[in-house]
Amino acid sequence: MFTTIDKLEKIVNSGLTTAIKKSEINFDQLYLYIEIEDLIKTIIFLKANEKCKFKQLIDITAVDYPKNEKRFKIVYLLLSHEKNLRIIVNANIDIKDQPPSLEKIFPSANWMEREVFDMYGITFKDHPDLRRILTDYGFKGHPLRKDFPLTGHTEVRYSEEKKKVIYENVKLDQNYRNFDFESPWEGTKYIKQEVEKKNSSKKND
Amino acid sequence: MIKKTKTMSLNFGPQHPAAHGVLRLILELDGEIVEKIDSHIGLLHRGTEKLIEHKTYTQAVPYFDRLDYVAPMNQEHAFALAIEKLLKIEVPARAQYIRVLFCEIGRILSHLLNITTQALDVGALTPSLWGFEERETLMTFYEKVSGSRLHANYFRPGGVHKDLPMGLSDEIILFCKNFPNVLDDLETLLTDNRIFKQRNVDIGIVTKQEAIEHSFSGVMLRGSGVAWDLRKSQPYECYNDLNFKIPVGKNGDCYDRYLCRMEEMRESIKIIIECIKKMPSGPVKSIDGKISPPKKADLKDSMEALIHHFKLFSEGFRVPEGQIYTSVEAPKGEFGVYLISDGSNKPYKCKIRAPGFSHLQAMDYLLKGHMLADVPAVLGSLDIVFGEVDR
Repeated sequence: MFTTIDKLEKIVNSGLTTAIKKSEINFDQLYLYIEIEDLIKTIIFLKANEKCKFKQLIDITAVDYPKNEKRFKIVYLLLSHEKNLRIIVNANIDIKDQPPSLEKIFPSANWMEREVFDMYGITFKDHPDLRRILTDYGFKGHPLRKDFPLTGHTEVRYSEEKKKVIYENVKLDQNYRNFDFESPWEGTKYIKQEVEKKNSSKKND
Repeated sequence: MIKKTKTMSLNFGPQHPAAHGVLRLILELDGEIVEKIDSHIGLLHRGTEKLIEHKTYTQAVPYFDRLDYVAPMNQEHAFALAIEKLLKIEVPARAQYIRVLFCEIGRILSHLLNITTQALDVGALTPSLWGFEERETLMTFYEKVSGSRLHANYFRPGGVHKDLPMGLSDEIILFCKNFPNVLDDLETLLTDNRIFKQRNVDIGIVTKQEAIEHSFSGVMLRGSGVAWDLRKSQPYECYNDLNFKIPVGKNGDCYDRYLCRMEEMRESIKIIIECIKKMPSGPVKSIDGKISPPKKADLKDSMEALIHHFKLFSEGFRVPEGQIYTSVEAPKGEFGVYLISDGSNKPYKCKIRAPGFSHLQAMDYLLKGHMLADVPAVLGSLDIVFGEVDR
């Protein structure tokens, strides 16, 4: 029996009732918005329910919104082979929140959560092995946060004197130029700032 | 009497020919039996996702070539599809066929590399020599169409960069006629080869249930008997109009995965031939001037074209607000792009879902209790390319 995406929305909403804050269908995919406390409950329902059977966890990721009260949004992508449907579960979390680990439900969540931890610094409760995964040994900071600079903080080179690879602070011969092409008539930000400086100094004279 | 055993830890890689790039494994061994594997990845991490956040949508496309660098166009495809869905634009039919054609060439490129290097890992040298010759021919097709053998940057949001050059389709047809013979030759070397079978049959068995739970996709899933291929189950582009079969394995061991890949290449050849035969004429990129750049010739005498060209290559186009996950059946499995747009000309967030990441994660589970010599055999059959695992 085929389950359409509309039916799925109804099934999920009636099965989980209060846990679902909002649900919407965009581009043939169902987006659920939940509170992080209800995560385990939601995922187990989606995995076990006869009409859902979301048995595969495709990916876990987070999004950084520095201006929001709850800074991060954590995203779980699930796939049901039997029903041929996809579902995307979203939850907003605060920087201090510790979302529960899904490692017990999906073994593949292990590395995905490690990656989220590495990139965003979100720690997962009850994760068996929460180490950095993609960045260097001894790396500091969380690169995918919006306040982490694109160039990073350190660079490595081989030092002829010390006969080994050494870490140094990033030193750029030319500053990173972030062209703002969205308003080409006003020019890039640093030019704008300089023009403003000149204008204000003229006024003072 | 209790016999005391001590395990030994062995460091494998990161510079090891069988590590397929830069993988570091820390193996806990009891004699020759593997007890535990701790994989250290990230040695090729280049921060692709961070870089994409700082580039316009057009500028971000080449980063996808550098993920799985043996089948670059398949990755670009996922990104292009995501943008097109957010923009709600139609891709012209000819562009769809060209894309599918080159995706299948990518599939052959990737499978050829995998099969031959897997054979190399278990001791057969000749297949890699034969296979790489064919890969070279396929890469000249890439070069003829995009100007580059590897980093094509050919699929653009809205279509493809340029139409096929004159005579290329005849060359591809000629290749397709000859290639099955090469596959037959390769099979005589491997399929019934006693050593190859001893090294692969019943090694690294994955059951259906476990393949799904470990987030496997592509051949890793099909080798275990799950009939699941995104080209069939969630068809994108013109895959609906094409006739092809999906080979499915039975035992879920390394040997079945090898057989699946062999068969998939034969199916890809069929798809390529069908694509060329069915390919309609018409534009190869979206006719919306706000998204695809104008023809070079128009720049000389059309002011509007000149403005469009300038705006597209400086500011780029803006993508309406929204979030989307799109996936394609890349040679290695489900390759997905989770894209969030905030309405500006740059992606707010672009998460790349690489199939190899979850496959490599299962190394510990796959190899527990196997012999040390099976490590490269299983690693070979996982089809790992570090460009996409580390991103």
